[in-house]
Amino acid sequence: MCDQTFLVNVFGSCDKCFKQRALRPVFKKSQQLSYCSLCAEIMATDGLHENETLASLKSEAESLKGKLEEERAKLHDVELHQVAERVEALGQFVMKTRRTLKGHGNKVLCMDWCKDKRRIVSSSQDGKVIVWDSFTTNKEHAVTMPCTWVMACAYAPSGCAIACGGLDNKCSVYPLTFDKNENMAAKKKSVAMHTNYLSACSFTNSDMQILTASGDGTCALWDVESGQLLQSFHGHGADVLCLDLAPSETGNTFVSGGCDKKAMVWDMRSGQCVQAFETHESDINSVRYYPSGDAFASGSDDATCRLYDLRADREVAIYSKESIIFGASSVDFSLSGRLLFAGYNDYTINVWDVLKGSRVSILFGHENRVSTLRVSPDGTAFCSGSWDHTLRVWA
Amino acid sequence: MSEPLNSGTDSHSYSTLKALKKKHLGASVSALQRLAEQLKLEAGVERIKVSQAAAELQQYCMQNACKEALLVGVPARSNPFREPRSCALL
Repeated sequence: MCDQTFLVNVFGSCDKCFKQRALRPVFKKSQQLSYCSLCAEIMATDGLHENETLASLKSEAESLKGKLEEERAKLHDVELHQVAERVEALGQFVMKTRRTLKGHGNKVLCMDWCKDKRRIVSSSQDGKVIVWDSFTTNKEHAVTMPCTWVMACAYAPSGCAIACGGLDNKCSVYPLTFDKNENMAAKKKSVAMHTNYLSACSFTNSDMQILTASGDGTCALWDVESGQLLQSFHGHGADVLCLDLAPSETGNTFVSGGCDKKAMVWDMRSGQCVQAFETHESDINSVRYYPSGDAFASGSDDATCRLYDLRADREVAIYSKESIIFGASSVDFSLSGRLLFAGYNDYTINVWDVLKGSRVSILFGHENRVSTLRVSPDGTAFCSGSWDHTLRVWA
Repeated sequence: MSEPLNSGTDSHSYSTLKALKKKHLGASVSALQRLAEQLKLEAGVERIKVSQAAAELQQYCMQNACKEALLVGVPARSNPFREPRSCALL
């Protein structure tokens, strides 16, 4: 099934037969080895007793899933909005478009803020990646990628580089230079290599490592300087569409969402999936951690956004309305986590009260699907990008 | 099945695997075993009650609400996006 389409990025000597093959990670008594797919299959079948069949393995998996749900349900004693009943309701909410960034020639697919709370990088279907000064709306840098559909872009924490990728299956890092004589594309560094399109990328706490998500169903952590694969994350059953790193205080984990309707939380050091959530009814387009790191929100093609608490290990809120029938493409929290901004395919942005579960406001302005949305690092504004070729800064 | 995978030729290895696969039609056995291992791991996660988790989410919101420019309504001057832009007609 889907397993067979995932080519592993590691190629080397199999730990069992020592032949030069494409390797996949195998766990034997909690020790990680690298076996070629042939030895992995043989090892798996070696462990079976005579009476064990495929059917019994499948039913074991089903009963384990049932047990997991039972354990989770035991602690489900109350709903989040019930706990939040005594919280004061939010007052009138007025947000307007304060800046419109025009310049892309086609759909805007992704954007990211710089830590200086002012610069924005955005990427588009036409292959262009632009760095803007959002205060003045001036374009500071522009680079044309060798491919179209640049679905991912990210600003480095230092503000000195950007990363982007898409249909070229790679993630490339461009150092930003103010020297007018230098061609940005000349200093480009190819960091990540996947076997399908790049859907999301993010620098970790430094400029030195990048985390990527791909249509090949895997996520991967790369060293920028050497381009070396540091860790790969296998487990999604289909394309991975989004990822978000946990806020630095809470440690080395990240969450990813994919076309298999699952949101998975990973340990960056071991490559293991530590928690998985499968309550959405369609592709998960966007995931974002709650500012405290104890929860995360997801936006999906099933027209809902959901909040999952990591310590309760379950979904604790759904943000939906019968009148909302188009998918949510991107979500982000306000600084305190009280508000959830979500961009939808019906051209609107809905603002949700995270605690009470109700919609606070609906923002109109874009003339096509909202494809990307990020709150600025200091929470004073948020920026949305759309298929109408523009980006809007709202405050 | 108990034949050791020695340094035989590739074709020997593949015919061994084909023989094994005949017994197990359809989805890969190793994938299901991995799934079972993963589910056991996830079942062992330590969980807290939703009431406690929800209370802590709420507490974080309340503690940080004062910093929230979009809620508190920071005066136009300190929000760089809201301040009136001067028209340069020079």
